[in-house]
Amino acid sequence: MSELTVGLLRLGYLALLWLLVLSSIAVLRRDLYGTRIVDRRRNRTGGAPAAAPAPTPAPARRSKTAGPTRLVVTEGPLRGTVLPLGAAPVLIGRSPGCTLVLDDDYSSSRHARLFLDGDQWFVEDLGSTNGTFLGDQRVSGPLPLGTGTPVRIGQNVLELAR
Amino acid sequence: MATVAPTRVRGGRGLGVLLLVLALLVGLAAYALVGIGFAGTVPADVAEYGLGMAVLSFGAWAVVRWRAPDADPVILPTVVALNGIGLAMIYRLDLSYEARGRAHGFADKQLAWTAISMVLAMLLLIVLRDHRTLRRYTYTAMVASLLLLLMPLVPGIGHTVNGAQIWVRIGPAGLQPAELAKITLAVFFAGYLVTNRDTLALAGRSVLGLRLPRARDLGPIIVVWAASLAVLVLQSDLGTSLLLFGLFVAMLYLATERVSWVLIGLTLFAGGAAVVATVVPHVRARFDVWLHAMDDDVFNRAVGGSGQLVRGLFGMASGGLFGTGWGEGRPYLVPYAESDFIVASLGEELGLTGLLAILVLVTILVHRGMRAAIGVRDGFGKLLAGGLAFLIALQVFVVVGGVTRLIPLTGLTTPFLAYGGSSLLANWLIVALLLRISDDARRPAPAMRATAPTPDGGIPSVVGGPSLVPAEQGRDDQHGDDQPTQALGRVR
Repeated sequence: MSELTVGLLRLGYLALLWLLVLSSIAVLRRDLYGTRIVDRRRNRTGGAPAAAPAPTPAPARRSKTAGPTRLVVTEGPLRGTVLPLGAAPVLIGRSPGCTLVLDDDYSSSRHARLFLDGDQWFVEDLGSTNGTFLGDQRVSGPLPLGTGTPVRIGQNVLELAR
Repeated sequence: MATVAPTRVRGGRGLGVLLLVLALLVGLAAYALVGIGFAGTVPADVAEYGLGMAVLSFGAWAVVRWRAPDADPVILPTVVALNGIGLAMIYRLDLSYEARGRAHGFADKQLAWTAISMVLAMLLLIVLRDHRTLRRYTYTAMVASLLLLLMPLVPGIGHTVNGAQIWVRIGPAGLQPAELAKITLAVFFAGYLVTNRDTLALAGRSVLGLRLPRARDLGPIIVVWAASLAVLVLQSDLGTSLLLFGLFVAMLYLATERVSWVLIGLTLFAGGAAVVATVVPHVRARFDVWLHAMDDDVFNRAVGGSGQLVRGLFGMASGGLFGTGWGEGRPYLVPYAESDFIVASLGEELGLTGLLAILVLVTILVHRGMRAAIGVRDGFGKLLAGGLAFLIALQVFVVVGGVTRLIPLTGLTTPFLAYGGSSLLANWLIVALLLRISDDARRPAPAMRATAPTPDGGIPSVVGGPSLVPAEQGRDDQHGDDQPTQALGRVR
């Protein structure tokens, strides 16, 4: 075999190797560049909740279109976090098993729960140390929660959004 | 401190097959080129070899589609490609050894081990339906790890090779149990840390912006540090010791997000290594070789000299940017070119371009593991996937760093590339675990599927699983903190 063929095969193999590498990266393209990262330490200038899009279309299972579809953290260390709402209740707290895990010394491991009853979302405190506040009012029993009403849990403020 | 809004990588299936074909082609082309470089013709059995690898790989692909349909489409092709490149290089060295009348037959054994490892990894994927099952065996895994690490010290089955007592020989099969101990240790660390991370993360005083842990919480890290030092002293195995301790510190950092643990870990390891390096002659020789590799007397030393390291460096230098081509270089001049120094062999024949491609493949594999860790919803899965991915990265760093004289040389194997059955088996099992966890991570969010209506009174129930544990009851039970995720995970 001529020297030229051998040389071409040698470079061809390297090209094949890089073809594999680049096509792997191409498959991962969306994962590498499409991930949105919201910096929690950024100053509160931009409209953070608006910047983070709803990652998945909300389930229109309950035909009532006016109901909230997202839970948005508007203040605190987790600001910008968006949680799509289904029919399942949302458990909020420091424990890693919660639906929304807070990294906040002022919240309890199982702090509060949001649940859907009929078409209305309710917020309920789960015996937390520092309490859950709906506006200025401390939540004792389950209270109905409307869209856009701020709920304070430790250092975080959450609200339901459409 | 940032939140990651997950986007789903879609349509990996068809592309996954394409990647797998490409990966098989990489291994097969290497095999054919070795024959061309050596004898001028394609090896006679290239079709059989290709068919065998294709059956194994597509069998594995079918098992993944069957048992873990949402698993990452990139992991399997990456590993198949790395394994194929390793096999080709071992085959190439075998031909050289045979021509020079040295011990050979490594390629056949490695091929057999590849088949065994792939089959066992797929069996693991079939048997293990949910990685959270492993959490139940947290302390069993600890005992298993200790037994595996101690096995080479048992007289009768223990076996010393080149000064390191890390082998177990039962009948004809030799095994390095430390390779398997990596996995059980990762399971143990993940289970232990997910339960105890709050104490390790939150307690303690803040000094200069660093949150220092309390003295009594230092217990576990001291124990693991002592164990890794024991491995170093009793078995003279620098590599495993480094791997074991590095794994623990990395997982501690993953679990707590406290930089202070990393600093404490690095300080402890540097101190321990410095002491051991002055006391144990075998380890001191390694440091000597690293620092004074080019000295005449170190190079010419009969035992433990730097000849191997320096020849490896010369090999890579002669490879240059594009390498000598498969079968055209002289990697066989380096002792243990098929195991410890396979990176140098690949660097010589594929050049910097090829070696970098291989390292990027490893990076992709590690990245997919870390991505699975970010995506999965339970703490145990996060720690396990992150730990296993870090393990691969650390092992490759230690090997490549050793061969390129960045850090002292250790006796670790390069994952998937180097000759060695236990290493291949352990790494394929790690891949099976990563596939399992990534399947869980990429499954569409269960919350979107849960259609269970909330009954009156607000106590939620979940179809097909136990009802959520009310906070008041679940707070103190040990497995309680993963319960809601677990219950939701079963809704399918």
